[in-house]
Amino acid sequence: MTDVGRHPGIKLYTLSEVADVKGSVGNFEVRIVKKARYVDQTQCTACGECAKVCPVVRPDEFNLGLSSRRAIYSPFPQAVPSSYVININECLGHTPSVCAKCVTACAKGCIDFGMSDEEVVEKVGTIVVATGLEVYDPTELDEYGYTRFENVLTSFEFERLVNAGGPSRGELIRPTDRRRPASVGFIQCVGSRSARKGAEYCSNICCMNTVKSTLLLKEHYPDMDIKVFYIDIRAFGKGFEDLYLRSRRSGVKYLRGLPGTVEELADKRLRVAVENTATGNLEYHELDMLVLALGIKPSASTQRIQEMLGLQLTPDGFFLEAHPKLQPVDAATRGIFYAGCAEGPKDIKDSVTQGSASAVRAIRLMHKGEISSEPIISEVMAEHCTACGKCAEVCPYNAITVDKAKKTPAVVNAAACAGCGTCGAECPFGAIVMNHFTDEQITSQIDAMLAENADKKVLTFACNWCSYAGADYAGVSRLQYPSSVRLIRTMCSGRVDEKFIWRGFAMGAPVILVSGCHIGDCHYIDANHWTEKRVARVQKKMEKLGMRPERLQLEWISAAEGIRFAGVMDRMEKLRQQVSAEEIARTIEILSKNK
Amino acid sequence: MEDKNPTPAFQEARIGVYVCQCGLNIAQTVDCEKVAGIAADLPNVIVARSVTYSCSEPGQQEMKADILEYGLNRVVVASCSPRLHESTFRQMVQSVGINPYMLEMANLREQCSWVHMHDRQGATEKAMDLVRMAVGRVRHLRPLTEQTLPMARRALVIGGGVAGIQSALDLADNGYEVVMVEKKPSIGGVMAQLDKTFPTMDCSI
Repeated sequence: MTDVGRHPGIKLYTLSEVADVKGSVGNFEVRIVKKARYVDQTQCTACGECAKVCPVVRPDEFNLGLSSRRAIYSPFPQAVPSSYVININECLGHTPSVCAKCVTACAKGCIDFGMSDEEVVEKVGTIVVATGLEVYDPTELDEYGYTRFENVLTSFEFERLVNAGGPSRGELIRPTDRRRPASVGFIQCVGSRSARKGAEYCSNICCMNTVKSTLLLKEHYPDMDIKVFYIDIRAFGKGFEDLYLRSRRSGVKYLRGLPGTVEELADKRLRVAVENTATGNLEYHELDMLVLALGIKPSASTQRIQEMLGLQLTPDGFFLEAHPKLQPVDAATRGIFYAGCAEGPKDIKDSVTQGSASAVRAIRLMHKGEISSEPIISEVMAEHCTACGKCAEVCPYNAITVDKAKKTPAVVNAAACAGCGTCGAECPFGAIVMNHFTDEQITSQIDAMLAENADKKVLTFACNWCSYAGADYAGVSRLQYPSSVRLIRTMCSGRVDEKFIWRGFAMGAPVILVSGCHIGDCHYIDANHWTEKRVARVQKKMEKLGMRPERLQLEWISAAEGIRFAGVMDRMEKLRQQVSAEEIARTIEILSKNK
Repeated sequence: MEDKNPTPAFQEARIGVYVCQCGLNIAQTVDCEKVAGIAADLPNVIVARSVTYSCSEPGQQEMKADILEYGLNRVVVASCSPRLHESTFRQMVQSVGINPYMLEMANLREQCSWVHMHDRQGATEKAMDLVRMAVGRVRHLRPLTEQTLPMARRALVIGGGVAGIQSALDLADNGYEVVMVEKKPSIGGVMAQLDKTFPTMDCSI
């Protein structure tokens, strides 16, 4: 930690959040909001005189409310930066006439109520997302009595109690009588591996964290009676089994079965009822203290960061990597990497491993000082352009400029174009060529697909980042769906031109699906809004022409939604079977007249 | 950007089609020989074969030898998802003088053999269509050249927990400037709140 604080190559912004990210790999422009600290961190020596005189007492977040702090405080003794900070919502003194005791106490004059939030812009080439985790809140698991019984603690609170720097200086004490408990029970999988409450996944760290805690207790208090209630002990890592066996050998009792209820006895001890699944017996255990081994959840900021950077999440809510085995720290978006629990629950060793891995992956991109970009960008054929300005209107990147007054043809800024192809799809005059996804390239795929037995096929357009990746995920998961489905990949659903849809129907397609990223998750900012509008427009036209608009469907399928992809394909196949040969023939006739 | 020297592009298309068996991953569901058979009869297809592992060294050698021997200028590899191996095959064609954007892949594994495992006939027919579509498309591909853009040698690390700290230190120690953003008043994250940590049982800070 201190290495970060004093490293000349690291610029540290604390009390800060990323507000906005523009640009792409190589030149991201990051807007950072830096909240006011009200203490000059370059001058503060953390002497603590200010806190001594502060009259406001509040629960200390670092100790999870097990101790108190003042409104001006140091987050914890080893904090980096070590400077004190004022919680301005708690402070009485921002009108100095009321309090301002700290200002008088500070010999160096570091405290400044005039500070305000700042905004800074930083330019970077790559981004590492290491937004961490949140622990599960066990209040909804009422059977364990966390909110009702004081001697039921979370594993996180327990950590602070046994920590030499914690509120009890490392002495394990019972909250009710501040005496050392003679017996302690641990309940595993609180908020994990449950279809009912909390998460269905295994949180990875809780078994070993409990094993560690039991060893620590046995080391300090060899006579303590310790029981662990569990489903399975997952000690899969290097050296883990050894620790687990040491814990068992030291006399810790492991009981297979999660408690059904916890009651409080008159002396504030706790009575746990549990079905021991090894013996099949219902057992009662009386314990002085109970510790809930909490699971891990994605950090609360995950969704905001995901939307800001156009990333994808797994159904569990953690960030989705580009490939689970071969690119475990890469995001699908080039230049963005993951490290730590942002990507999924993991322990310190794995977090450190991913930290190093993400650094190397970022260096791999940065070391040349330049980067080659895919030439999948749009170009204007000036001779067909009428300067109507539609392309500039739909471009999510403002990469196209058109001078409507002078009627000069549109110009694409190649460096700003990201290649979604929405301009190409919306241009009413066919004046835009979307490189590598040109009209004739896509049309040739439609024609080849529907040349024979068109009525037996489900034409599906899928965007590269979400729906096509979701289809790949269905494949990797071996999810089975009807073989009538044929995919055409575009970079973005925004590329799916109206004329591709009409071409498909004119060639005899019974049904057509357009699929892309969920609204808000579009890889090209918001290009899929245009997809949505366009599909609605085509459906209206279909209705006017006497075609059933249901034959054209729009679905949002993310890269992690393999199950959803397979489900949608089942539904499309059912829709296909409802379209008769006569209906297809009628459509072909209608469309040939309305060319 | 379109290639400034589009020499092979506007010549008559000479296409090679390679249907990958991926060991048994594709071959146990899709009749790869049959798919290669129909591909051979498609217009402009000069050579079409079924290969055991197209991504392997021998597989790539076989394709490269064909490209040189038959003067191919476009290649279709019908194997796994382009999201997995497109860059592999782009490099392969480039190494024998074909523009990397003259390659097209047909996704016979993730989007065919693995998802229609109990429907060999349906999967084979679909595979034939996917190859026809890829051949149709490859005929219209144009050579493109990659642009070079400047790359800032600076990184942003969002989050100052143990993972962010490790990443930032490794980046900075290698000479890259790092901007670290932490929401709380101190870095350290959850790790700083832990006492001893497994498996070494030493202190966390």
